[in-house]
Amino acid sequence: MALLEVNGLRIHFHTRNGVVKAVDDVSFSVDCGQTLAIVGESGSGKSVICYSLLDLLPKPPAVIEGGSALFDNEDLLTCSADRMRQFRGNHIAMIFQDPMTSLNPFLSIGEQLIEPLIYHPHKSLRLGRNDARAEAIDLLREVGIVNPESRFNSYPHEFSGGMRQRAMIAMALISKPRLLICDEPTTALDVTIQAQILRLIKNLQKTRDVAVIFISHDLGVVAGIADHVLVMCDGKVQEQNNTDAIFYQSQSDYTKQLLSAIPQGAKTTANRSQPGAPLVEVSNLKTHFRDLSIAANKSSSQEHMIKAVDDVSLSIQKGEILGLVGESGSGKSTLGRSILQLVPPIAGNISFEGAELTALSSNQLTPYRRKLQMIFQDPYASLNPRMTVYETLAEPLLYHGLANRKTVSQQVQLLMDDVGLARSSMRKYPHEFSGGQRQRIAIGRAIATEPEFIIADEPVSALDVTIQAQILALIVDLVERHNLTMLFISHDLSVVRYICDRVVVMQHGKLVEQGNTEQLWAEPQQEYTRQLLAAIPAADPVQERQRWGRH
Amino acid sequence: MKASSQSTEQHSSLWLDAWLKLRKNRLALFGFAVLIILCVVSLLTPWIAPYGYEQQDLMLGATPPSLEHWLGTDIFGRDMLTRIMYGGRVSLMVGFIATAVALVIGILWGAIAGFVGGRVDALMMRIVDILYALPFMIFIVLLMVVFGRNILLLFVAIGAVEWLTMARIVRGQVMALRKQEFIEAAYSMGLSQWAIIRRHIIPNTLGPVIVYTTLTIPSVMLLEAFLSFLGLGIQPPQSSWGLLINYGVETMEEYPWLLIFPGVTLSLTLFALNFLGDGLRDALDPRAAKD
Repeated sequence: MALLEVNGLRIHFHTRNGVVKAVDDVSFSVDCGQTLAIVGESGSGKSVICYSLLDLLPKPPAVIEGGSALFDNEDLLTCSADRMRQFRGNHIAMIFQDPMTSLNPFLSIGEQLIEPLIYHPHKSLRLGRNDARAEAIDLLREVGIVNPESRFNSYPHEFSGGMRQRAMIAMALISKPRLLICDEPTTALDVTIQAQILRLIKNLQKTRDVAVIFISHDLGVVAGIADHVLVMCDGKVQEQNNTDAIFYQSQSDYTKQLLSAIPQGAKTTANRSQPGAPLVEVSNLKTHFRDLSIAANKSSSQEHMIKAVDDVSLSIQKGEILGLVGESGSGKSTLGRSILQLVPPIAGNISFEGAELTALSSNQLTPYRRKLQMIFQDPYASLNPRMTVYETLAEPLLYHGLANRKTVSQQVQLLMDDVGLARSSMRKYPHEFSGGQRQRIAIGRAIATEPEFIIADEPVSALDVTIQAQILALIVDLVERHNLTMLFISHDLSVVRYICDRVVVMQHGKLVEQGNTEQLWAEPQQEYTRQLLAAIPAADPVQERQRWGRH
Repeated sequence: MKASSQSTEQHSSLWLDAWLKLRKNRLALFGFAVLIILCVVSLLTPWIAPYGYEQQDLMLGATPPSLEHWLGTDIFGRDMLTRIMYGGRVSLMVGFIATAVALVIGILWGAIAGFVGGRVDALMMRIVDILYALPFMIFIVLLMVVFGRNILLLFVAIGAVEWLTMARIVRGQVMALRKQEFIEAAYSMGLSQWAIIRRHIIPNTLGPVIVYTTLTIPSVMLLEAFLSFLGLGIQPPQSSWGLLINYGVETMEEYPWLLIFPGVTLSLTLFALNFLGDGLRDALDPRAAKD
C-alpha cells in the first residue's frame, strides 16, 4: 500500500468563459522514500493537483468533480476541515517556488520555525521555547545553514535566495512530515544553488524516509532526483513511468517534445562575428550603488558602496551574440543597463560605433536610443498593461519618426509577422497573451526601430522550456536576418551555449573569464567557471546519478 | 508636436475601448444617466422651477407634500422642490468644479513628485505637508477676509485642500510604477520624461484616482454645506443640498420631509457617482473581465 494514492482525480474550474478541466482523470501513487516528479508546462494542472491535496484551492471557482486521494487510507478530498489541519501541520508539508514571498518579513527565521512547535494543536505535544529553539537550530544545521545559532535571529531579507529556500525546507520539515510537496522549489534560484538544493532534498529524503512530490516545468531538473515521472499536458496525464523509461524510452510525443526542447549541446551555426572595429567597446566601466541597508549609519560614503560593476572592459564585434553569464548579484544586469545608460556609470567609457556614450547628454543620446535596444526578462512587467499591441509597437516607430500615421499600421503588421504574432491580435492588451507571446511583443518593440545592438536580459528565464526553445529560435533568426549584434545576459548556461558565439563570465562585478563558447566549455580556465559548468543539470538520469554518487 | 499628434491616437484607443465596455455596464449607465438628468435639470432650473427660490408664503408655513407643493414647503412656506433644484445648481457646481481643480493639480503634482523623485520629490511633498498642517478653517477665513465672500473663492478654497490627498495617492502609485520594467523600456526607447509621464504613468494610475474622485465629490458637497452653515459659503435665501440637509436636521422631528427629500436627492447623486466610478475603473482597466 502506497503512502499516497490518487485515483481518477478530476478538478474543474468554473469561470466566466465556461468550464476548464484543469485536472482530468489523473491517477498516481507515491511511496515512502520515493520521489515522484510531476512535469508539465504552465497551465497543465500540475500545481492544481498538489493544492487540492492540501485543500488550498480557491473554491469556487475550483470544484473537485471526482476521484479520491488516499493518504494512509484516508481520503484527503472528503475529510473534515479539522482533520485537514492536522494533515497539513503534521503529515504533509509544502515548499513553494518563491521563498521570499512565502516567509513573513516581520518575523525572524527562528521565530517562524518554532511556531508550529510551540503552538501545536495538541497541548500535550507543545514544546517549551528553549526546547523548540534547540530543535530548530539542529534542523537549520541539517539543511546546511552555517552558524545556525546566530542565524536563528536573522530576518528573511538578511538571507540570500538559496538560504531562504533552505530555511523554507527546514520549516516544512519541522513537523516531521511524511509527504513533502515541492512546487518548483528551484525555479527562482541560480544554477549552482539549484544543484545544492536538489541535493539537499534528495539527502533529506534518504535520511528521513519521506515521500516527495516534485513539481517542475523542466524535465532536465528532475532527471537526477526523481524515481518516477508523470508528464502532464492540459490536465491529462501524457505519460507515467520510472525515470529512466521516461528519458530513454519515452512513449508519448509530448514527452519527446519536452525532451527535445531542453537546450543541449553546442550551437550548430558558425561564428557570426564580423571582422573590423568592434561595434561596442566598454573600457574600465564602474557602476556603484549606495548600500541602502547600511546607509543609515553612514560614516564614509566610499566604504558602503556596492560595486555592482567593477572595472569591466569588453568589446563586442558586429554580428555576434555575446553571452554574459553569472549568478544573481554578479552585476550582469547592471552592466547591461549601464551600457544603455539606463543606470549611470561612475567611471569608464562606452563607445558605440566610435561615439562615446558616457559623454552625451540625454538629448544627444536620443538618436542612439534608436540603435540600442533592450529585451527584458519579465514579459509581464515590461509591457504597459494599458496599451494594446498596436500601441506598444507603434510608439517607437512614431516617436523616432520611422513611420507616419498613414504607414504605421502597415509597419506594425509587418513587425508582428516578423516576430510570429497573428495580425488579428493587434488590438489586444498584454494580459490576453501567454508569456511566450508577450515576450514576442517585447522583442517586436525592441526591433521596431531597426537597432544595431540589442541587450537581452534573461529573455527566456521566465518562460516554460518548450516556449523557451521557440523564443530562442526567434531571437537567433532575427539576429541573422536583421544583422543584429546582441549581448545575451543569462544565468542559464545551457541556453548560452546553445546560441552564443562568445561568452564572458562575471562574478562579484568583475569579469572572470571570456572566450569562444566551445573553447570555454572544453577548457574552462578559472575555478569559478568550472563550478558553474558543473552545476548544470543534465537531462540524463544515469549521468546525474553518477555525478551525485548514488546507484 | 510629434508627440502630441501621437497621443490623441494613443489615448483614443484606451478611451474608446473603455467607452465600449462602459456601454455594456448597466449600473454605470444608470449612474451616468442620473447624473446627466441632474445636471440638465440644474441648468434649466431658472426656467422650469415651479416657484422662485426666495418666494415665501409665511401664512402657509411648513406643509407636507401636496399637489401644489410636491415636496412640501419649509417653515417660511418656500417650495421644497424649487429649493432642491436651486440647491442642486450650487452643490453640483461645487462638487464638480472643486473636484476637477483637485484632480488636475493633484495628479500633476503627485506624478511629477513621484516620477522625478529625490530632492524635487522631498520639496514638493514638504509643501503638501505644510498645506496639510494649515488649519483649514483659518485658511478659509483668511481667504474670505482678503478677497471677500465669493462663490468662486469657495471652489478655490475647497479645491486647494482636496488636491493634497490626491497628490499623495498619485505619488505613491507613481513610485511603484516607476520601478516597473515597462517604464525602463520606455526610457531605453528614448522617450522624453514628459512623454513617459503622460503616456505610461498617468493612464496606469487611473484606477485609484477614479475611486478617490467618486469619494471626493460627495465630501466636497458636504464641505460646502459645512462652510455655508458657518456663514462662509453661500447665504440664505440661496440654497444648496448641504444647507437644506442641515436645516432639515434641526426640524427633523416636526417636519421630517424637510430632511428626507434633500437627503434622498444627495444619496441618489452619490449612488450614481459610485456606480459610474466603479464602471469607469473597470472599463479603463483592460485586465478587468470583459462581459
